[in-house]
Amino acid sequence: MTGRWERPAGTEVVYERPEALTDAVTHYCPGCTHGIAHRLVAEVIDELGVRERTVAIASVGCSVLAYNYFAVDAQQAAHGRAPAVATGIKRVRPDCVVFTYQGDGDLAAIGTAEIIHAAMRGEKITVIFINNAIFGMTGGQMAPTTLVGQTTTTTPGGRLPERIGYPIRICEMLAQLDGAAYVARQALSSPQNIARAKRSIRKAFEAQLGGHGLGIVELLSTCNVNWKMNPVDALKWLEANMIPVFPLGEFKDWSKAGEMAATFGGLGEVAG
Amino acid sequence: MGERQLMKGNEAVAEAAVRAGCRFFAGYPITPQNEIPEYLSWRLPEVGGAFVQAESELAAINMVYGAGGAGVRAMTSSSSPGVTLKQEGISYMAAAEVPGVIVNMVRGGPGLGGIQPAQSDYYQATRGGGHGDYRTIVFGPATIQEAVDVMARAFELADKYRTPVVVLGDGYIGQMMEPVSLPDFVDPAALPPKPWATTGARGRKPNVINSLYLDPEQCEKLNRKLQAKYQEITAAEQTAELSWPDSEYYVVAYGTTARICRAAVQEARAKGLSVGLVRPVTLWPFPVDTFAKILDRARAFLTVEMSLGQMVDDVRLAVDGRCPVYFYGRTGGMVPSVDEVAVEIEKMVEGGGRR
Repeated sequence: MTGRWERPAGTEVVYERPEALTDAVTHYCPGCTHGIAHRLVAEVIDELGVRERTVAIASVGCSVLAYNYFAVDAQQAAHGRAPAVATGIKRVRPDCVVFTYQGDGDLAAIGTAEIIHAAMRGEKITVIFINNAIFGMTGGQMAPTTLVGQTTTTTPGGRLPERIGYPIRICEMLAQLDGAAYVARQALSSPQNIARAKRSIRKAFEAQLGGHGLGIVELLSTCNVNWKMNPVDALKWLEANMIPVFPLGEFKDWSKAGEMAATFGGLGEVAG
Repeated sequence: MGERQLMKGNEAVAEAAVRAGCRFFAGYPITPQNEIPEYLSWRLPEVGGAFVQAESELAAINMVYGAGGAGVRAMTSSSSPGVTLKQEGISYMAAAEVPGVIVNMVRGGPGLGGIQPAQSDYYQATRGGGHGDYRTIVFGPATIQEAVDVMARAFELADKYRTPVVVLGDGYIGQMMEPVSLPDFVDPAALPPKPWATTGARGRKPNVINSLYLDPEQCEKLNRKLQAKYQEITAAEQTAELSWPDSEYYVVAYGTTARICRAAVQEARAKGLSVGLVRPVTLWPFPVDTFAKILDRARAFLTVEMSLGQMVDDVRLAVDGRCPVYFYGRTGGMVPSVDEVAVEIEKMVEGGGRR
């Protein structure tokens, strides 16, 4: 094999690698939905034309190497601290488009304080939150989003609520905060859901670009390896088990005026 | 240099940071350093900078990691228990070679301790403090003027060596007022460019600020690179003040304690004793070269600290068994008095030391 592949005359490109993705081969397991999430984010960055002013924050977990896959400037953050790192960057480089890419252990366990307070401050950042109900990188331990009854390596008999409580719903929590401009949960489980996910990711970036506040998209994702399923069964399991616990939809949208009036009307100001 | 004015230590340190070109601060309230964030909360916006009151010390240092990685002079400040929380971020900054300045107005410990001045964070500051094989440059100023001066130096060295720098004050340095001359303003736009910073990959390959090295060979390589940098710093940046260099006996102290010791040494000299004072200004790199100059004639050293003996280890390493090294310390917020130190000096001289 020599030389560069040339597109035959008379054909057109209908699908190609987004400019915001590198050509590195990812380390993700076969069947994992991280690849879809990466691609959607990269497509949105391309479409918004912001690749050359974007800074990504890779977190700790399966996506720790995300800086190798996004063709943008990046900082790798300590476990859970991505929203704090993003805050530091955005405050000194307000023209940059700053996004974090975090899993459920990173964002909903060790980094709970950082995401809540970044939203509270209304940081103009975008957060991509991968919820696959398990710690993937470390080998399948319980996450705060693990479902009741779900077996993991630290809940060998299934998650028992009387001992370990119930899964945490981040979007519902963050939607209470006035600083969060866009909050949505989507699933990477079918072509239709993936199309919705992309629309939400775009809005979460637009919330930042318009200076409205923090935008977060939670993406229900699969971890077929640690769930011990084949990829197709994992997608079915997600739809059958995760969506009932983590309902899909937009919880907060700055662009819907009525909702904004209800949220911001008269709140948070000291009179006199 | 401006006219001399009376300033509280914490506020002087904050203004010195602004004049050194610092344009980002994140911190969390803790006594006795609260005047630093309070001052910068209005001062930084005035010069186009950003101030964030963070949700925790962990978040604050990671904000500094972000801002410093984005190429802007950035700092945080705290006091002992808060600085313990910051160690995570300091380790990441050292590994990812992100510049930044951390001010610690040390208070009594361990645990929640107290709010009175102490020097018991010496080990934490000079040994790296967090996980991994790294060091931070550490300054131990003894006056408000010196605190102002080392702030400028701290930002310069942080950028020069791409490393976190610690300014180790104490409750007295933070809280007392002294006359100071403030330096001129550094224009951040006139500083050398930082081509490695995350500013958006406009017309260039992406920059990555990172401390993950899964390949052990690469991780060892990073460590060797850091060590080479630390050796360079050790050779170039040791700073100390040596008073009465022709003495037979020496007291060693830094920061607030050095002021007390100076008075005690002056009393001893008035009584005809041959006593000098070694005052380390950089605690890391420890000024071993200053000790080397006096080791041939020194008969004994007395280290005085507001701890139960931390810097004394470095003094013993510098003296290398060539003469006795005595120690006196108060801790938990207690401050040694001139009289107490004078007694210890007399004990040292009576002990005779090396012949």
